[in-house]
Amino acid sequence: MTGRVPLRISRRFLRVWQRNLKVYRKSWKVSFIPPFLEPLFYLIAFGVGLSGLVGNIHYQGSEISYARFIAPALIGVSIMYNAFFETTYASFVRMYYQRTFDAMLATPLSLEEVITGEIVWGATKSLIAAAIMMGVISLFGFIRFPDSLLILPLAVLGGIAFGSIGMFFTAIVDNIEIFNLPVFLFVTPMFLFSGTFFPIENLPRWAQQIALLFPLTHLANLARSFSFGKFSPSLLWEISYLLIFSLIFFPLALLKMQQRLIK
Amino acid sequence: MEAENLLKRFGDFVAVNRISFKVATGECFGILGPNGAGKTTTVRMVYGFSPMTGGNLKVFGLDISRDWRRIKARIGVCQQENSLDPDLTVLQNLEVFARYFDIPKKVAREKAMELLVFIALDHRRKATVSELSGGMMRRLVLARALINEPDLLILDEPTTGLDPQSRHQVWDRLEELREKGISILLTTHYMEEASRLCDRLIIIDHGLILVEGRPQELIRQHVGRDVIEIPGPTQELRSFVQARQLPHEDLGHRLLVYSEDKGELYQRMTRDFCKEGCVMRMATLEDVFLKLTGRELRE
Repeated sequence: MTGRVPLRISRRFLRVWQRNLKVYRKSWKVSFIPPFLEPLFYLIAFGVGLSGLVGNIHYQGSEISYARFIAPALIGVSIMYNAFFETTYASFVRMYYQRTFDAMLATPLSLEEVITGEIVWGATKSLIAAAIMMGVISLFGFIRFPDSLLILPLAVLGGIAFGSIGMFFTAIVDNIEIFNLPVFLFVTPMFLFSGTFFPIENLPRWAQQIALLFPLTHLANLARSFSFGKFSPSLLWEISYLLIFSLIFFPLALLKMQQRLIK
Repeated sequence: MEAENLLKRFGDFVAVNRISFKVATGECFGILGPNGAGKTTTVRMVYGFSPMTGGNLKVFGLDISRDWRRIKARIGVCQQENSLDPDLTVLQNLEVFARYFDIPKKVAREKAMELLVFIALDHRRKATVSELSGGMMRRLVLARALINEPDLLILDEPTTGLDPQSRHQVWDRLEELREKGISILLTTHYMEEASRLCDRLIIIDHGLILVEGRPQELIRQHVGRDVIEIPGPTQELRSFVQARQLPHEDLGHRLLVYSEDKGELYQRMTRDFCKEGCVMRMATLEDVFLKLTGRELRE
């Protein structure tokens, strides 16, 4: 029996964020490599290797090369991965094995601040990854400036969305092995079917509707629109979707963490 | 700090059953009890980690449910399990922890260096936590708990699992702190630790306080001055003890007789009954503890 605990959040969550930044900075050279190489690998494999078979793609009335089509979506995927894996595996290790949260809770920090700091840190990693990938992809001339700079705030929003749902899973799993489940059932289908490697219009109607529920569908589409500098009012609804998704899973992650840790 | 009718329930299980106690400023107060008695649950409520199910809890005259942040800013906690940050070095552990208290960087650095000297780890400040021995880690946990210059230090089994050298090292540090006037709330199941450090203590079991007092007074009250231990007692001896209604405890293969008479009884027993050699020793807190909480295993 824990009773209801009120939410207690102040700017102190930044202290938790700073702790993670400090650890990250110790190995930043290694941490920078994946977002740097990942788009290169994908662009070479799919953009060069596969594009001969695929040819050009019809996207919103114009014809574009396959590599150009997938490049912005890769940024979206990376935003998802960075936040989600940070608040699942990495946060779980800190919470469960390292007892870092326990130590923090013996200081003036509240649990809500610890969790918020972790999620915001996840979003920060998304932001860093997105920025590096944009740099690499811009070398190919696949994204337009300054329009595509909007991807940076988008990375933060997407990072909060995926970081929150990741933290929600962290609060409810019994052990670290169970993360295989949301990765296999949630993250991998999104990676494949969110309009990342082909337009979702190619899917059967029912599958399109499921794809529209995936936050990555909207994240990838927004990243693509910003990269090409193609704006339409429908983007507002896609941003709203990510916002609402965050507004559901962020409080839910806090609530479930309270139930898990405050005893 | 002052606890009044402190209650903690986990579902149907009552972990702490309306206990009341006070820790005066500058005092070292011990909570003793077997495993699962409710020691850790009690201190966790004091440092605001666990919400209480019922009762009142005031620390520094402030209410824990309302002023938890102000209270926690003035408390230092050594948790039972190692919660040092393995991603950081020894010095960074202290500096990052200082930041959780909003201590400015420069002050934190100075304080951290000072504490590393205090716990004799200044030569290892660049080591990572995993390179430290168990005793070093414990000392670092202690230093970390002192980073905010707390008025109350809460130690949850601070020397469990340490070798004798490390344990004495920790005790020395704690005695120094006590002399500086810092209040200490300590849980332990090492009686030697409690006798040496605590001004006053409570022994709890099943969430209830069994006794409260100063270590020496408790020994006097519940056991007496001396204990005569007789291995393999004969029936004759048992009858002798029972006939005289001597306070004793019969463990089957061993008989403990509590005595106050400065050795007369011991001489008598040695002469008449003890073939295998009885031993007379000073009564200790451990005798009190075992007498009150029983001898069956707690797991």
